[in-house]
Amino acid sequence: MSEKIPVTVLTGYLGAGKTTLLNRILTEEHGKKFAVIVNEFGEAGIDGDLIVGADEEIFEMNNGCICCTVRGDLIRILDGLMKRKGKFDAIIVETTGLADPAPVAQTFFVDQDVGDATRLDAVVTVTDAKWLKDRLKDAPEAKNQIAFADVIILNKTDLVSPEELAEVEAQIRAINPYARLEKAERCNVEIASLLDRKAFDLDRILDIEPDFLEAGHHHHHAEDVRSISLTIPGDVDPEKFMPWINEIAQIQGPSILRSKGILAFKDEPRRFVFQGVHMILDGDLQRDWKAGEKRESRLVFIGRGLNENELRKGFEACAA
Amino acid sequence: MATLTQPTSLREHVVPIAAGDHVVATRWLKQGLVFALADGRVLRWRDGATDSVEAHAGGILCATGDNDRLISGGDDGRVVATRFEGEPEELAKDPKRRWVDAITLSPSGHLAWNTGKTVHARDEKGRVRTLEAASTPQGLVFAPKGYRLAVAQMNGVSLWYPNTEAKPEFLDWKGSHLDAAWSPDGRFVVTSMQENALHGWKLGDRPGHMRMTGYPAKPRSLSWSHDGLWLASSGADGAIVWPFQGDGPQGKAPRECGVRHARVTRVAFHPGALVLAIGYDDGCILLVRLTDGSELLVRPAERGSGISAFAWDKAGKRLAFGAEDGAAGVLTLPA
Repeated sequence: MSEKIPVTVLTGYLGAGKTTLLNRILTEEHGKKFAVIVNEFGEAGIDGDLIVGADEEIFEMNNGCICCTVRGDLIRILDGLMKRKGKFDAIIVETTGLADPAPVAQTFFVDQDVGDATRLDAVVTVTDAKWLKDRLKDAPEAKNQIAFADVIILNKTDLVSPEELAEVEAQIRAINPYARLEKAERCNVEIASLLDRKAFDLDRILDIEPDFLEAGHHHHHAEDVRSISLTIPGDVDPEKFMPWINEIAQIQGPSILRSKGILAFKDEPRRFVFQGVHMILDGDLQRDWKAGEKRESRLVFIGRGLNENELRKGFEACAA
Repeated sequence: MATLTQPTSLREHVVPIAAGDHVVATRWLKQGLVFALADGRVLRWRDGATDSVEAHAGGILCATGDNDRLISGGDDGRVVATRFEGEPEELAKDPKRRWVDAITLSPSGHLAWNTGKTVHARDEKGRVRTLEAASTPQGLVFAPKGYRLAVAQMNGVSLWYPNTEAKPEFLDWKGSHLDAAWSPDGRFVVTSMQENALHGWKLGDRPGHMRMTGYPAKPRSLSWSHDGLWLASSGADGAIVWPFQGDGPQGKAPRECGVRHARVTRVAFHPGALVLAIGYDDGCILLVRLTDGSELLVRPAERGSGISAFAWDKAGKRLAFGAEDGAAGVLTLPA
């Protein structure tokens, strides 16, 4: 079985700096060749042999899963690109500024041909230090893009004061404390740090600690999109947990953007790890709990309008 | 894994051809055989001698043709006709270099292709009309008679008369429709779907839907039998062949031919007999006779060499095939 081609999804609100980043990825020497799928009505022109215009053709799968939307154009384009395997090492999918990243991400889990040939590596979101505050007020898409991200580039930091920067950073963290945050001016991040993240790879979910270590840093922004972290200091009963998490995914899937978990199952030497996008959950038993490693069970949900108390009670009832 | 009784082999009747890149399509022209390749070249083959021409700057995505020409659509936004001799001829070019994902030619010489969501239809006099589809179409097919085009797209199929101003008739069925096939008698339109199914419409006075489900993968290859009574499809561990006698397959069970531990990727009915060529993702090719299910081995499984293209010659004496790793060949049926 040949290696799957990694796909990086690049999102970000209009004007945040996606095109700048894309042009850097395409022109800099980093020893990799990319096929790039851009949205047809992109912000600025980029050109090249393996640049493909996409149309954001979103449709709902007929599988009874109401939030299970996928990108039909992406399936078609990836199928076409796979005939030219060997011409590129990785694929970047640029989305429009207004796009919800979920249909793109779900495409990789729902379409078997796409899933066989490629793997979703990470969702990278470019944000703008100067205007993000306003966008979070008036554009729900901007919030979704941050909530969904594995890597967030906080761009244009040179255009704001240190206080404003701290404020906008806190706002991002209130929505998504788990993504890796890279501060940048004119998108001057190290390209290698954005690629090969394997953010959706179960083997790479080692911990789900927040990305920052500023203890006592409590900003209470009343965000409707936020993350909820739940911990049981010990084992859970899989007979209780599995039906519960499946029910949560079924009923609250539309509001849950991303989820992750590392769990200690009773009488199971291995860690159970899962990750999810809306209703789609992907989980497996992973490595053994190490000697001296504390067996505990932890879940993270990032979503809109989640009921923390209800989720906590439900999870705690799964304790072994 | 081999089937229980090893099928009789036609292997010694196969001439191998090194096509050199993923074979997107193959076609018999009057003078010889051509292969459309994913690297943009068209390879011409006659009795062991080959030459190739660069038809597209990028890759070839789709191809159709007649006795004289292979007509290909590429990721360079061009439609190109390649004859057995000479240089390729550009028939159309998209200024924005949008992909040409689908292309089809009718027996009377009407050509249709897409660039993005725009469908272009060119009549025999060269006049081009366009239609905007709801989504980028991947399946285009002309009616067997008359200048009418089926356009598979999101949530259904448009039936369009390019030479009239009339709004196309829309056959709706929720979901993403990929490839399209029109039965030789003109009574049925069938599409392959994202949801690993075929969907069919019976046209005419008593229209009806046909749902053909149960595939483990998308049935991306469709082929009508010469008598028009059977439709073979890929997407399962054997070829799934639906009966289209009378009112169509609704409520009837399909035939399953050549069931193996591999997935069928291409099917092609013989032009004059109920014999089906079946290509699998493991590189194997079988010929199966529909009447009794008997099998003949054309090509044994070969790792990484999944079958991607088939073409029977007009007389049904030779079968050309191509694979995703650039291997290809010609089977000449023993007399």
